[in-house]
Amino acid sequence: MDDIARSMAIRPEEVFIYALSRQIGEARHVAVGANSPLPAAAALLAQHWGNGTPLVSLQEIPTHNAFTDGGRELFDAAGQGRIDVFFLSGAQIDGAANINLVAVGDYEHPKRRFAGSFGSSYLYFVVPRVILFRTEHSRRTLVERVDFVSAPGTSPPNVYRPGGPAVLITPRCVFAFDRARGRFRLETVHPEHTLEELVEHTGFQFEWSPPVRTTPAPSDEVLSAIRGPVAAKLYQLYPSFAAQVFGSAPPTR
Amino acid sequence: MNSGSAKGKVRGLDDTLATIRDGALLVVPADYGGVALEATRRLVARRIKRLRLITLPTSSLQADLLIGAGCVEEIETSGVSFGELGPAPRFAESVSDGSVRIKDATCPAIHAGLQAGEKGAPFIPLRGIIGSDVLAHRPDWKVIDNPFAQNDPIVLLPAIRPDVALFHAAMADAAGNVWVGRRRELLTMAHAAAKSVVTVEKLFEGNLLEDQAMAAGTIPAFYIEAASVVPRGAWPLGLGEHYPEDRPHLLEYLRLARTRQGFQDYLAQWVLSRHNG
Repeated sequence: MDDIARSMAIRPEEVFIYALSRQIGEARHVAVGANSPLPAAAALLAQHWGNGTPLVSLQEIPTHNAFTDGGRELFDAAGQGRIDVFFLSGAQIDGAANINLVAVGDYEHPKRRFAGSFGSSYLYFVVPRVILFRTEHSRRTLVERVDFVSAPGTSPPNVYRPGGPAVLITPRCVFAFDRARGRFRLETVHPEHTLEELVEHTGFQFEWSPPVRTTPAPSDEVLSAIRGPVAAKLYQLYPSFAAQVFGSAPPTR
Repeated sequence: MNSGSAKGKVRGLDDTLATIRDGALLVVPADYGGVALEATRRLVARRIKRLRLITLPTSSLQADLLIGAGCVEEIETSGVSFGELGPAPRFAESVSDGSVRIKDATCPAIHAGLQAGEKGAPFIPLRGIIGSDVLAHRPDWKVIDNPFAQNDPIVLLPAIRPDVALFHAAMADAAGNVWVGRRRELLTMAHAAAKSVVTVEKLFEGNLLEDQAMAAGTIPAFYIEAASVVPRGAWPLGLGEHYPEDRPHLLEYLRLARTRQGFQDYLAQWVLSRHNG
């Protein structure tokens, strides 16, 4: 165990990053979209652990992807099945894994307007393993029914859909998505959080069965990787995020 | 140098931008593609009106600035946001109050529509999208049955043929060839648009098409209407490996643009006072 790992408690973001990273599995190529520092950290952690595998493409950071055919290449590669894992979020995510990146309220006269659907309306269909994440776990964000469907959680059997949601990870828990039933099932609750709390703060119905298991916390070895090589890259790529999580100065090691 | 035209393609900025008229269907790249922001400030100062803006496939300051200044009638986009710095305030307000019409899209649909445009084809199919409210609000997108299979619905997108493509790149030569390197969405954009208008960091000595390594990343001059040399023309956004974005300036913009008055103050200080006459 090294000094950095010993010197401070595990941060909630580190549990989140590790939980995301564990869901990547045996991927060859993981892509990360716009404004997604937590997934980028998880992908970089998986790559560090795998000695360079999987390949990690950060879509909006030209120095951290291998694409040479312009912005469309990610989507073309995904359409062919060359991208194994992608991460999506939403202002709202509902119990059927529909995601909303567009607006709260009426579409024509929204109460709140967000950036837009980005690549979600397409990538959710063609990337085999989509990992959903939401950094706020509340009844405001995890709703029974989204106000606008940027991308649907499931599709009728005749719609071409090799991909879709695998899990939803929040600061409180990991939900697994049952594609056949079209609903979430509680997988694990993060350390220091409870089932009662999830029921209180989740706007959609989810399934669970006892015993409720706990999300594994990162080991000292994993923490050293997050706080060392992964954090060093995050300071370059997502400086505001890195400063917020790890402090204002990059690690000196 | 003049390639038979009345004047050369490398011109002063006002002359170059004269191609972009009120009401133009204008396509612009995402921040990583090279955004012609000095040119955009000049268009705002010129009080350009009724632009129909298409972002390939997203935007940040460029769209927010044009929308806040009242230059945009309609925007087709997959997302307008300042990434980890925060939401785009003028975009969000103008779309919410209906003063700007929005055509919500998804990234690969804008890429694909322009690819149809560059082929001169009327439409292009794309997977996904079915069952989304994006599709529900796009009456111009159609679902057909794949004619090469049974019971396989697929979306068709109409070709996008912009009047003008506007972007900023590393360099051009005197003949008007423009080097974009691996930013190949700029080639697609230039192929699909009727005319392309470009600002560049510097002039390349010699002809970009004579060296195979350079030619592979070059847009030939016959697509280019005019180009101007504008050093740091993407500021306060970055340009590839040339310079990073100016984060303190972008944060100052976001602080001011939270309110209409603050946005007007920003315009007065950073756009209008520096581009008069």
